[in-house]
Amino acid sequence: MALSVENLTVYYQTLRGDVHALEHATFQITDGEIMGLAGESGCGKTTLGHSLIVLFPPMKYVAGRVLLDGEELPIWDSEKMNTYRFRKVSLIPQYAMNAMNPIRKIGKMTQELLESRGVDYKEVIPELKRRLDLVALPHDVLNMYPIELSGGMKQRMVMVISSLLNPSLLIADEITSALDVATQKAVAEMLVEFRDRQFVNNLIVITHDISILYQIADTILIMYAGVLAEKAPTKSIIESPRHPYTRLLISSLPEVGVRYAEKRLQGIPGNPPLLLNPPSGCRFRDRCPLAYERCLEEPPFIEVEKNHFVACWKEFEPHA
Amino acid sequence: MLKLENVSKVYRVGAFGGKALFAVNNVSFEVKQGEVVSLIGESGSGKSTIGKMILRLLDVTAGKITYNGTDISSLEGNALKDYYRQVQGVFQDPFSSYNPIFKADRIFKVLHEEFFPEVPATEWQKRVEHALSSVGLNPAHVLNKYPHQLSGGQLQRFLIARALLLDIQFLVADEIISMLDASTRIDVLNLLADLKSRGLSILFITHDLSLAYYISERAVILYKGYMVEQGAVEKIFHTPLHPYTRMLMDSVPRMDRKWEKGISLLERQVEEFRNGCLYFERCPVAEKICAVYRPPLFDVEPDHAVACVHYQSPSDVPKPVALPHQSVHPTHSA
Repeated sequence: MALSVENLTVYYQTLRGDVHALEHATFQITDGEIMGLAGESGCGKTTLGHSLIVLFPPMKYVAGRVLLDGEELPIWDSEKMNTYRFRKVSLIPQYAMNAMNPIRKIGKMTQELLESRGVDYKEVIPELKRRLDLVALPHDVLNMYPIELSGGMKQRMVMVISSLLNPSLLIADEITSALDVATQKAVAEMLVEFRDRQFVNNLIVITHDISILYQIADTILIMYAGVLAEKAPTKSIIESPRHPYTRLLISSLPEVGVRYAEKRLQGIPGNPPLLLNPPSGCRFRDRCPLAYERCLEEPPFIEVEKNHFVACWKEFEPHA
Repeated sequence: MLKLENVSKVYRVGAFGGKALFAVNNVSFEVKQGEVVSLIGESGSGKSTIGKMILRLLDVTAGKITYNGTDISSLEGNALKDYYRQVQGVFQDPFSSYNPIFKADRIFKVLHEEFFPEVPATEWQKRVEHALSSVGLNPAHVLNKYPHQLSGGQLQRFLIARALLLDIQFLVADEIISMLDASTRIDVLNLLADLKSRGLSILFITHDLSLAYYISERAVILYKGYMVEQGAVEKIFHTPLHPYTRMLMDSVPRMDRKWEKGISLLERQVEEFRNGCLYFERCPVAEKICAVYRPPLFDVEPDHAVACVHYQSPSDVPKPVALPHQSVHPTHSA
């Protein structure tokens, strides 16, 4: 198991109390796996991604363990995590467009970044240039300011920087959402390429766009309102989803070749619950067409088939 | 009802504005009553610029835009106000459309004061509530709140409701879906479809072809400000002809087919081919002539026009040219 997360619980501190943004997250990622992490906004997917690397206030560590390659990550201790950040765990932040220092040339900025981690920039340059070639960026970008690059180019530059020290785990947070379809595809394929060339061991790709995950991910983890709903190989999630939420989510996606006049798609009625005082039991209960009295209790996240985990009572009691 | 005739938008760039940048170049199309037209292109293709020119947020450099026969650039004073009663826009980022200091429903109040001062407040309140319910919001839940207390989907529907309060005939919807979640996305799309069936015309600006196909009747594909393909949406989607359109189609992440490998990212060159086809730099089937000749839009079949040299010779059935590294396949799996 390359990454193992056990019972991870993270809250946000607010004036009105704790927001239960992530509760009892337990899952594993095997070596070389690209895991997609999907769900609506506010479902806790970014919280989960960030808690593995940048658990800063107002985020509050409550419980749980994270093991990366058999070693426990001290995610609750921001100082100690510095040894792991960038080297073992790295992040491509959301809106990577604005992630670079606007008043530094990109090469200079990369140098400062590496030196802050005690890495000699000169030694890294040949590898850096090879990677720029890989993502189809000219070497000149190192002498440019971020403003001189287009959105897609910035995105690729940040990808190169984030993965430069060959981290074991790379977390890509919504990196394709601001790009147009052609660039989106190129960036997504480059992520796979990074894994194939073993620049990174594992990838967590956070996005709300499940169709992108279908293209690149090996497994998909679906979250709803701060809890895990379903995790399975990509094919199973798309073709035979088991959690009612996953089913509704997938059926609401417009595909090429569907028109409203012929087939009117349905959204999911209702809204996710507020996480300040989350309801007890299954959090999807209020919107779930299949809910019954058992759902007043919180369903566990159980493996119902090989590598297929679901948190739904219906799946455990098929005859109910 | 809304017609663009040879519309261009030129920006002066470089030191002292010495260079001309054509953001939109010689674009003509028409949106009829009750029709949804999609404007599709990558970032920088000029699609939002067209939307902004229709809303008169930007001036037209050349050509003209007419609304029911009147040139919109000539509108002033009351006539302009009347135009805005009928033509409205909703934009990509709902959060930046609001002033965070005021409550979100201030947009309705402003509308009341500006456009309908004669309507009594109670009557106006009823209209607001009606408009909100028609976009699928519960007025009791969303009124009297600040923008940060509402979700992106709610704010986006607020803006549509605001447009509905006017006697709106034409809506410019600029990437209104892309910020929304998958589960609310389809609700907003269906809402647009319902409005359309009530006779509203919509210019739907997007880079996502599956959304365009879902909702629109006609599509216009733009590349660097030029129209490269236009026509009925079925025709474009079942037989996309221009290499650019086909590249876009192949890049859409789909749930029924994996991406084909091998279509790598072709880097955009800054250098402009003054007379050649603009897609020359990235085109996998470019010929020598493409570097020096810019093909005009050419009808290949009724209601389907393409600007590409490969389709200029007349034939009865338009057939896509074979691209290297990839087989020609129907892009529609019906």
